Amino acid sequence: MAVTGAKTARPAAGPAAACFRRWLMRHPGVARAGVVILLVAVWEIAARFFLDRDFISPPSTVLASLGELFRTPGVLSALWLTLYEITIGFILSAIIGAAIGLAVGLNRFAHQSFMPIILLLYGLPQITILPIFVLVFGIGVASKIAFGVSHGMFPIMIAVAAGVQKIEPVYFNSARSMGASRWHLLRYVIFPHLVPSFFTGLRLGMSGVLLGVLLAELYVSTAGIGYFTSIFTQNFDATKLIGLVSVLAAIAIALNESVRRIELHYARWRD
Amino acid sequence: MNGDDKKNASHRLSSRLVQAAFLAIVLLLWFLATTKWGVSRILLPNPVNVWHQLVDIVASGAFIPDLRVTLGELAAAFAIAMSLGVTIGYLISRSRYWIRVFEPLLSAIYAIPIILFLPLYVLLLGLGPASKIALGATISFFPIVLSTIAGFGYVDRRLLTAARSMGANNIQMFRHVLLPAALPVILAGLRLGFTVALLSVIASETIASFAGLGHHIVDLAENMDTARMFAYIAVVIAIVAFLNAVVSKIEGRARWR
Repeated sequence: MAVTGAKTARPAAGPAAACFRRWLMRHPGVARAGVVILLVAVWEIAARFFLDRDFISPPSTVLASLGELFRTPGVLSALWLTLYEITIGFILSAIIGAAIGLAVGLNRFAHQSFMPIILLLYGLPQITILPIFVLVFGIGVASKIAFGVSHGMFPIMIAVAAGVQKIEPVYFNSARSMGASRWHLLRYVIFPHLVPSFFTGLRLGMSGVLLGVLLAELYVSTAGIGYFTSIFTQNFDATKLIGLVSVLAAIAIALNESVRRIELHYARWRD
Repeated sequence: MNGDDKKNASHRLSSRLVQAAFLAIVLLLWFLATTKWGVSRILLPNPVNVWHQLVDIVASGAFIPDLRVTLGELAAAFAIAMSLGVTIGYLISRSRYWIRVFEPLLSAIYAIPIILFLPLYVLLLGLGPASKIALGATISFFPIVLSTIAGFGYVDRRLLTAARSMGANNIQMFRHVLLPAALPVILAGLRLGFTVALLSVIASETIASFAGLGHHIVDLAENMDTARMFAYIAVVIAIVAFLNAVVSKIEGRARWR
């Protein structure tokens, strides 16, 4: 039970081994990398020797055929298309979310009236209305962007509204008593206080947009990555499917991480 | 003081009125759009039609076979995620070192939209319930394991030292100190895990399957039977809300013990 205290040291095999163990204890990142390597090795051995190649592919093969995946006609443009959908969806979510969040947050009565409606809509299982999005916006780019926006705008809206509500009234009063106009209030009181919650909203909104766009892509797609995942599945092309999914996962991690970094950067001024 | 209370109460009342008016306007616009402004019936069905379909679905119990499929998948997915998540989380939480090794790894994977694995699961496990169970279990595993680690791993050390110094053995430690301290956090993780498992089961039914609530919505959409689809969506949303409310209730009860 190491939670109750330090792990009792096992008798060391030798000074070098003990030294190595202590070094490992101080660097959990190394052990973490070891775990990842071990998992990949298990996957490699299992896929190479025990499992059916139609259904799973060893990581070395996936890595080696990444070039071939990108040369497959249409895959690269499908990735660009999906990235485009995510970008436009994210920008629209930010604009709509910030505008409605400000409108609802600035007025106490509006907040009391419309916040419950926003929270209710946010809580709905949106996946059930995906077929409606496709009926209304078609099977092309528009339905993916729209579904991404419908997932991404609510967290931004809620974070912005909460951010405005959190501003201490004393700031408003003192700014007003010093003769600040409405524009001054917005520019010098509300906006600086809003920045941290806006970027928190953006981070949550980014994962929402990713989820929405990917759900819509996987549901039906004529040129995006959803088209290729279904083609590769139908052809039992496990190598390319795993490669494509890994590339998308990497893109998702990169997008989430960059928004998180930006959030950390802009949230710093307060503390 | 009294005046403030009164002002607040009247504010709250007018807020309710605004909400009711908002709902009424949406319904009215919907009705006018379908009857007067000639919006295509396929895109937006008449609300009266939708209502008739809703009554029919609920009265005939047409959703029950699909509900049974979805609930079966959900139960399997959640059972797998819960047993694996709590066990693995507990084992990791036994050592501060393992927490530092595994927690960042698990949170990093949790940040990926795991729905991406659905095509892989469909390739491996087919279009039947197995791929839905696998996806639901994968997605709900992460909040459960992370909250179990958080629950067991960050118990206040003073409590542990105090219990030890009073001579508690390992079983007493677990039963009277660790478990009560960790339970609220784990329960919150389980509730979150349940919700995401439900949503991902419905999502994977929507994307690729032969049966279940999500699949039925797609079926109606493909047959352009939009009025019935709207009604069916309302039924599914009600079911999801009901299940989530039940789970929240159970969580609240268990927390009190």
